[in-house]
Amino acid sequence: MPGLFIDVTIAPEIAKDAAIARKLEEVCPVGIFAADDGGVKIVEENLDECTLCDLCLDATPKGSIEVTKLYES
Amino acid sequence: MSILIRKDTRFIVQGITGREAVNLTRENLEYGAKIVGGVTPGRAGRDIYGVPVYDCVRDIVKEHGQVEGSVVSVPPKFTKDAVFEALENGIELIVIVTENIPRREVAQMVELASLRGARIIGPNCLGIISPDEAKMGGVGGPAANTRQAYKKGNIGVMSRSGGMTTEIASTLTAAGLGQSTCVSIGGDAIIGTTYAELMPLFEADSETQAIAIYSEPGGRMEAELAEWITENDSRLPVVAFMAGRFMDEMKGMRFGHAGTIVEGKEDTTTEKIKRMEAAGISVAERIEEIPDLLKKRLEEGK
Amino acid sequence: MRFYEYESKALFRKHRLPLGESRVVRSADEARSAFEAIGGPVVLKSQVLSGGRMKAGAVKFADDADEAAAHFESILPIVIGGESARSVLVEKKSPVAQEYFVAITWDGRAKRPVLVFSDMGGIDIEEVAETHPDHVSKTHFSSILPLSPYIAKEAIGATGVSGTALNKLTPVVFELMKIFLDYDLTLAEINPLARLEDGSFIVLDGHIDMEAEARGGHKALLDELGIGEEETRQARPPTDFEIAGARVNAVDHRGVAGNVVEFDGNLGLVIGAGGGSLTLFDAVRKHGGKPANYCEIGGNPSVNKAKELTKLILSKPGVEKIAVMMNVVSNTRVDIVARGVVKGCIESGKDPAKTIAIFRIPGAWEDEGFKILRKYGVEYCDRSVSMYDAAGRAVAKLS
Repeated sequence: MPGLFIDVTIAPEIAKDAAIARKLEEVCPVGIFAADDGGVKIVEENLDECTLCDLCLDATPKGSIEVTKLYES
Repeated sequence: MSILIRKDTRFIVQGITGREAVNLTRENLEYGAKIVGGVTPGRAGRDIYGVPVYDCVRDIVKEHGQVEGSVVSVPPKFTKDAVFEALENGIELIVIVTENIPRREVAQMVELASLRGARIIGPNCLGIISPDEAKMGGVGGPAANTRQAYKKGNIGVMSRSGGMTTEIASTLTAAGLGQSTCVSIGGDAIIGTTYAELMPLFEADSETQAIAIYSEPGGRMEAELAEWITENDSRLPVVAFMAGRFMDEMKGMRFGHAGTIVEGKEDTTTEKIKRMEAAGISVAERIEEIPDLLKKRLEEGK
Repeated sequence: MRFYEYESKALFRKHRLPLGESRVVRSADEARSAFEAIGGPVVLKSQVLSGGRMKAGAVKFADDADEAAAHFESILPIVIGGESARSVLVEKKSPVAQEYFVAITWDGRAKRPVLVFSDMGGIDIEEVAETHPDHVSKTHFSSILPLSPYIAKEAIGATGVSGTALNKLTPVVFELMKIFLDYDLTLAEINPLARLEDGSFIVLDGHIDMEAEARGGHKALLDELGIGEEETRQARPPTDFEIAGARVNAVDHRGVAGNVVEFDGNLGLVIGAGGGSLTLFDAVRKHGGKPANYCEIGGNPSVNKAKELTKLILSKPGVEKIAVMMNVVSNTRVDIVARGVVKGCIESGKDPAKTIAIFRIPGAWEDEGFKILRKYGVEYCDRSVSMYDAAGRAVAKLS
């Protein structure tokens, strides 16, 4: 079930990076990222819990993660 | 002037690495607070927004000299120990944010504080703010929100509800009435400092010209305030808002804060209103009536 | 959290306070065999949490086994203050020479425990205090300095009691003071504490209240007494709706949302926080609204928790609309609550715009929250609309 309010996309270049995956899992306070056999997976049921803290953006190369507020479109 | 805290009040945060404490530290720093250190046992050497973390209060005092205050935000099981530690290290003003602490432990903390000549605000409170000077605790939230709701002025605010402290201040601010100091005193049955115990401080503060309080059912705190005002012939006009009037019909049920439960007739809002009015306190039925009542009382000159 | 008499007595027995032999019974046959085991006249007492048993005729004396069985049958069905009896306590009848009163509670003004003692027990203590003030003593004691029996002795002596009685009462009262502090009680009362014709002392009736916040710290005792976590021991037992609310609150540890109290009305309330809820509930009633529930949200609950609370309230029969209101918030986020309630409406198959009568939560992250509400067409207001007026708008939409 995708988020009603928030969507998060990960650029393919970093989606398979195990180190980034672990880092994302650690920094997100609401569990949106899960490290999963050498890559990162989005935990869909947690998307709407996103607090817009930007910690995932700070932890990854600029532009590789996009957080979209679906209520702004 | 203000009461309890000023711009240069140096304080610490106990339990500084906890989720709520991290927020509170950032918000206080942004509002200009002088936080000299934080305590979380086993986390010495880390820092939270530049505030160094120590294992013990003693280590902060050793390194930075005596501090005046502490905000305690640790789980209920460890709160008494944290407060005892602060008291035995010479800290004189302790704001306890934690809720769900049994009465016995609150009483023990308060008794030790009084033996040591210290003051406790809370537990189960959001702390103290002297607008444009400093804040100590989560009151008002992020600095930008705090600046929107609180403005410097002449009204002292005391509230058993943390959230309603901001609602009242925001209403006063919108009506052009600033605040000297606002104290969220806590919602428990036993608290460190009651309305009546803060009155002498406001009375002595030249900046404060009137008082607004948020009150609710349960306990004898409003009766104690009414007695204090009568006995001391206070110079300050007081306006009270009374919430939870519906609870008078529901004896023994628990709504809201731990301290609100109506046990006897004296705890009801009807009885409290009667006693406060007899002492000359104006009682508002709606928050938005508070500014006009204050202005009227200030014009009447008491 | 109040204890039944038989539970209070079990705790007293653990601390070796003097008690008459007794049995808890749940049938007439058990009452009969209790009588035979105790041997001799007994008193049967209904086990309820509310007072007024004597007046309701739920305390009776029996001189033989048949009478005990008959009294059991007549006492058990008696409803006292809306409460049915859980069981009946059969206790040996004691020949009383004098009754005393002793209670310990917290004095919120002195911030200390206070020991109240009287040598005129068995009757309403408030009345004794008014008519015979010299027979009631009130003694505050420290909660951190060492507890010592002289405090009990002084309290008893202050009512004029001396001689053997003073020396026999002191250890009983002192033990009760210790029990009060050790178990985080908010009330420990023995009334009457009786001197029997043979000069011995015995606890005839006792009441204990334990602080709800301290339950976790006394799990061993509660397990021993068989008091489960689901027993709230409030003024009335929780409804299914309230139990479901507690479950919502336990979904995760983030913030509070779900401590609900059920009412009969048609306007669902998603309100907060502690003081704000009291203020808003009053406001809704003042406008003639009929709340379906009381609740408190605060401490920045998760989207999920706010959503589940919304769904629970919307599932209550007769609830047409909900009002989402709080005081100006500091740590709770407006956008997070907005997401939760909107999602709760949608997952309940309802249109947020038609279901949310008003959304009045100003404060932290309000701009972000208002964007969400605009997108779903929900009527909202900021702090320029008072809590009272917001409640009025919600009520107006229902009539």
